Amino acid sequence: MTTAPPTTAPAATDTRRGRGIPHGALGAAGFAGLILLLELLPRAGVVDARFLPPFTEMAVALSDQLASPAFWDALVATLRGWIIGLAIAMAAGVSAGILIGSVPALRAATASTIEFLRPIPSVALIPLAVLLFGTDMRSTLLLVVYASFWQVLVQVLYGVTDVDPIARDTARSYRFSLWRQVRTVLWPTALPYVMTGFRLAAAVALILEITGELIIGSPGLGNAIAVAKSSGAVDTMYALVIVTGVIGVGVNLAARFTERRALRWHPSIRREVAA
Amino acid sequence: MTQSPRKTPKDSDIMSIVSTLTRSTPEPAMSTDDTGQHTPMLDVRGLRKVYASGKRSVEAVRDLTFGVDPGELVCLVGPSGCGKTTLLRCISGLLETTSGEVVLEGKRVSGPPEGMAVVFQEYGRSLFPWLTVWQNVELPLKEKGISRAERKRLTTESLAAVGLADFHTAHPWQLSGGMQQRVAIARAVAYEPHVLLMDEPFAAVDAQTRGELEDLVRALWERLGVTVLFVTHDIDEAVYLGQRVVILSSSPTVVLEDVTIDLPAERDQLTTRSLPRFTELRAHVYERVQQAKQGNRPSTPTATS
Amino acid sequence: MTTSMLWRAGRRLLLIAGLPAVLITAWWLATANSTNFYWPPLRTIVEVFGPTWLEGKLTSDVLPSLARLGVGYLAALALGIGIGVAIGSSTTLRATVEPVLEFFRAIPPPVLVPILILFAGIGDGMKVLVIVSGAIWPILLNTVEGVRSIDEVLRDTAACYRFRTRTRLTTLILRGASPQIMTGARQALSIAIILMVISEMFAASNGLGFTIIQFQRSFALPQMWSGIILLGLIGVALSLLFRLVETRVLAWYFGQRDTQQSGA
Repeated sequence: MTTAPPTTAPAATDTRRGRGIPHGALGAAGFAGLILLLELLPRAGVVDARFLPPFTEMAVALSDQLASPAFWDALVATLRGWIIGLAIAMAAGVSAGILIGSVPALRAATASTIEFLRPIPSVALIPLAVLLFGTDMRSTLLLVVYASFWQVLVQVLYGVTDVDPIARDTARSYRFSLWRQVRTVLWPTALPYVMTGFRLAAAVALILEITGELIIGSPGLGNAIAVAKSSGAVDTMYALVIVTGVIGVGVNLAARFTERRALRWHPSIRREVAA
Repeated sequence: MTQSPRKTPKDSDIMSIVSTLTRSTPEPAMSTDDTGQHTPMLDVRGLRKVYASGKRSVEAVRDLTFGVDPGELVCLVGPSGCGKTTLLRCISGLLETTSGEVVLEGKRVSGPPEGMAVVFQEYGRSLFPWLTVWQNVELPLKEKGISRAERKRLTTESLAAVGLADFHTAHPWQLSGGMQQRVAIARAVAYEPHVLLMDEPFAAVDAQTRGELEDLVRALWERLGVTVLFVTHDIDEAVYLGQRVVILSSSPTVVLEDVTIDLPAERDQLTTRSLPRFTELRAHVYERVQQAKQGNRPSTPTATS
Repeated sequence: MTTSMLWRAGRRLLLIAGLPAVLITAWWLATANSTNFYWPPLRTIVEVFGPTWLEGKLTSDVLPSLARLGVGYLAALALGIGIGVAIGSSTTLRATVEPVLEFFRAIPPPVLVPILILFAGIGDGMKVLVIVSGAIWPILLNTVEGVRSIDEVLRDTAACYRFRTRTRLTTLILRGASPQIMTGARQALSIAIILMVISEMFAASNGLGFTIIQFQRSFALPQMWSGIILLGLIGVALSLLFRLVETRVLAWYFGQRDTQQSGA
């Protein structure tokens, strides 16, 4: 079936574009507006300054934090937990995904179990983790790995199913070794999905890492927020929350960048699989 | 899988179905104004459109003037990228003009006017995929405030007229491309417009379907007496369908020539296309379009008929 | 004929229930004589499940948790879609606020709990607020994206046929954006469940998260395990419910997608 040719006129985009202000400037204006609001609301007394200190105070607290070694220790602990957890989840998810996905019988037999285990909220494991590991970083690691493993596994499974059966049969008929089949046929097809899984898992892992620190008390930024809260250092608490947001944005950008890099050669940068 | 059409209507079927379609609306607005002067149904006067984005500005349409009389079928043809779509969007009120004006039935167009329906080129994108074929045709009638019984009559008749009486409950994406465009035509016809704009409606369907759809448009036009402005880049199609062919220059667009197609009113794919006069007209239009492609423009602004 | 159908149905059942049955049996047998404090026999966990959750705690803890989850999630849906449609309809507004919204989305939702406790104390209001403030972002941003990516030709069609504002909103914008809205709603659901539990673990006097942490602190291991299982069951049940709604709402979308995939 022929698809509709692209629309010729620049009309479609032109009519809806703003009056020539670049979008970057508008975005910056958005942030400026937010900062102004954060400064003015408590100063004008609309919001209790004990609950929401003016932005300048948050900024001062933030610069204090940046000067303190404890903050950097916490930051390093968070990032380390995140990276280790993500690496374990990726390794486990990719290998399990390729194994399950390429053996049809295994795939059919595990489908219901995966569908059942996936939606179990990872935070349900918190009490178990605390009993097993106390406030050690391994408690949080358990949550991080559990939550991000499913993201990777499910995407890899989609990817392996997507392999062109003709390509697979060709490889088989030429008696490619198993390793070679995986490397030359399966992996290139599944890679875009693996990268999608990586991007989703990276975000989930960060959320669970900080959540674990906050609730369990393992070392890291989450724990620092809990400490700031219980010691009444509201401005520090806000400063740390801002830091977590910045890290979150950074993780998203880095994951997207890695995905693009890894798929530069790929004909289509795929959209996420809706399932 | 595209659901295979259970029945692909042939030309003869369409003719017979179309002839059963009754027209109950009043005839389009009068063709003379107070002074007794001749007024066109649609009047495009000195239309100019410049796209401005940032520091760059692109002049898409320079100066267009032409008119379409009530009940006329006029084709607009020009080289690809000559601003046809821009022009059509201006006429349908979707796009503001930079200068000049579009007048429909004596009223200046500033936003989509009443009494106009548009059939877009991208049939797959102009139908609502979450509505059935029936709902797609009926929805504009609801918006127009037409009573339930009347909606039912109009929808049934227009779907029958395009040969889709059996597909009421299907969704657009279950139909082939040509059938989807039929739904869009049925929707436009049921709306009972005074002017029907068609923006390269058959550019994306296969050649065979295309011929059938061209005959369908001719048949509906003859039956309903609606004014049709048909935009196309296909010279054969323009000459075959139109009473007049307006040839546009390349962008920034002006009118190159307004050709009257003096072929017999009764047209069919085989005989009409093999008439010597058809070949002559096609050759003439073809030549002008080739000149337009090479950037040939009239030295003086073209006047209307 | 009938025997082969029976056989096929049996095979299907085996595929669906086989592995879970094996796993549960393995758990059951492995812990049958367990004296390990952390891994009580599955039999004991199952035995305490009924008395722990279905008597008394059902109305005092489980239902209040689910009610807060429901209210918070629905509020997040309503707000997210409402604000998302407004933002998505204006290019300038979208360009202005979208980076800020992306920032809010990137903040791990649980860190908002200590902030919201400041404002709203530790009552039901705080917990609902926590759920809303965490679950709203994926819905909002996906709605913005969905509204933005509604086909231009479809918009033009609605304009040409002079659709009224109400019809434009319901038939064009909300339906057109519904695939993305549902994607956001699915992400939001799992975030909402996590936040329901966490807000109760942080500061509460009742609720599922609170009760499970109480069991952990008092070393009532079988009860704690039964709580973990209950949370798992709730997660699975809600995701099934979501899928049920999704297949109804997006029937046209899945149909269209399948047609395009097999026709291409």
